[in-house]
Amino acid sequence: MSRGEFYMNLDDYRGVWVFIEQNDGKIEGVSLELLGAGRKLADKLHVPLAGFLLGLEIKPLANKIISYGADIVYLIDHPVLKNYRTESYMKGVMLLAEKYKPEIILYGATPNGKDLASAVATDLNTGLTADTTMLDVDIDNRLLEASRPAFGGNIMATILCKKHRPQMATVRPKVMKALEPVSGRTGKIIEEKIVLQEEDMRTKVLQIVNDVTKKANLADAHVIVCGGKGMGDVQNFQLLYEFAETIGATVGGTRDVVEAGWLPHHLQIGQTGETVTPKIYFAVALSGAIQHVVGMKNSDLIIAINKDPNAPIFDVATYGIVGDALEIIPKLIEQFKQLRSVKGGEISYA
Amino acid sequence: MHIVVCVKQVPDTKIIKINPKTNTLDRRSAPAILNPYDAHAVQEAVKIREKTGGTISVLSMGPPQATAVIKKSVEIGADNGFLISDRAFAGADTLATSYALSKALEKINKEHPVDMIICGKHAIDGDTGQVGPGIARRMDIPPITNVIEVSEVNQKEKTVLIKRKLTNGYELIQSDLPCLLTIEKEINEIEYSPMPNMITAARYEPIIWAVSDFENVERSQLGLKGSPTIVGKMFTPPRPEGGKRLEGAADEQVKQLMEILMEKKDLLTIQPSK
Repeated sequence: MSRGEFYMNLDDYRGVWVFIEQNDGKIEGVSLELLGAGRKLADKLHVPLAGFLLGLEIKPLANKIISYGADIVYLIDHPVLKNYRTESYMKGVMLLAEKYKPEIILYGATPNGKDLASAVATDLNTGLTADTTMLDVDIDNRLLEASRPAFGGNIMATILCKKHRPQMATVRPKVMKALEPVSGRTGKIIEEKIVLQEEDMRTKVLQIVNDVTKKANLADAHVIVCGGKGMGDVQNFQLLYEFAETIGATVGGTRDVVEAGWLPHHLQIGQTGETVTPKIYFAVALSGAIQHVVGMKNSDLIIAINKDPNAPIFDVATYGIVGDALEIIPKLIEQFKQLRSVKGGEISYA
Repeated sequence: MHIVVCVKQVPDTKIIKINPKTNTLDRRSAPAILNPYDAHAVQEAVKIREKTGGTISVLSMGPPQATAVIKKSVEIGADNGFLISDRAFAGADTLATSYALSKALEKINKEHPVDMIICGKHAIDGDTGQVGPGIARRMDIPPITNVIEVSEVNQKEKTVLIKRKLTNGYELIQSDLPCLLTIEKEINEIEYSPMPNMITAARYEPIIWAVSDFENVERSQLGLKGSPTIVGKMFTPPRPEGGKRLEGAADEQVKQLMEILMEKKDLLTIQPSK
């Protein structure tokens, strides 16, 4: 492709596409969420929604993709595509995108989704917005409005790609909502062939090790106690562990806390950490910067404890306590311990 | 072994303030630092060089004062540094940035062939992580993102063994050299710089290139002109109404909260022990 004087006939590009990330034949949750988000965009633009996937023996997944809202499924099945690799996968995406010319492509902001989107954007010479948390389209000029927290996360920026197609974005997991699957929903399945040789590949996946122990903590926790820099120091922060243990919760922290070294990175909640959706979220001594809030605002019940009555966390909290966490948390621990000793049992969460 | 580490000078986003009227960054409000992920990238290059020998070069793009982050990299252990600095680069998004950096890398590679490029996972001001893979595509070498361990460098076979972080665990990858790695912070701990490094760094003057120093550069792909994405608008998300404030002294607040929680029988129950 010529990279010289740039001209693209934007009207050649139609349709909204979602990259369906699958590992071992299992579709990632974020891909289904993006079919939900993509459906809205496609309806507004009056175009079909397509899911596209690459891999080995993946055809059985097509109906599931359609049941979650896709009108078309594009797929490429090839032994070289068995495991994700940038080089082979991007070739597949390039083939599909250059042939069918979608106007929008969405990818989950997972390690593989981000990796793939970055490579594809370079070769398609188009714009890519990273880690989007809000999506919309301007129907007058068919522009994707991809918004994300910017500058450390205290403000949102809407990124546009006016003269290049496809418009691409990676989207944070657990921010968009998947549709209820409709069994028996019909759609078109289009399979493309690709020529790939294993000998041409410069990378090899030797082994995939699933280690869900670290992740499972936050992602599957029913109750999370998240602490911020307002805890003062790492000793005070231990109080949150005691509280979490008393109520059977998992401890997380803000970006500041992780950068201060009080917690390992895999326990960071927010834009550059984990996105969580527990039943109960205790936000303790944290201000509620946008980059944090995008990672927890979909929790069912949010309880904020902060000294500063103007802390933005109170805007997203279901209940707010203006007060000193170092005073409130020990009292809460005391209360729960008493309750348990009276009732004599464990706290369980629905 | 010649390793090039790409580094960026960033405002310390923990401190930076935003002008609430204009929604723009008040850059004077925050000190400029070496992007923390890039510090780990330089450190990893130092660790690799301990085993393989060779040279570490650092490359940055930015205003003239960005030489500070190259000096900082030399302090960690880099041997030499290059800064590309030109008004033509200003306003670049990730696509235009990877283009400009790849032009510098071509020039470096011509004089001293590059075996490996290392970038931080992302910069803390942009948080995109897109420039590294972009460079790899432009240099036509494999990108390997989210690296948590460089397990082995085989100089004879020209291969590396890499652990790459995944959503649920990690994968072990073998890649041909040259390749490009983007690394996670957990890959290493930044070590204290030895005194001689600090002295070298204090005196070090990086090589500075402008656009006119590059061959075959298409100016239409640089800076704002070469950037397909633009910031449409900046906004503070609509403030949700917020919930109920629990008033009173600490004991009273805690009592109210406990009552509320105990009512949420759909969320939690305390079961009598069996």
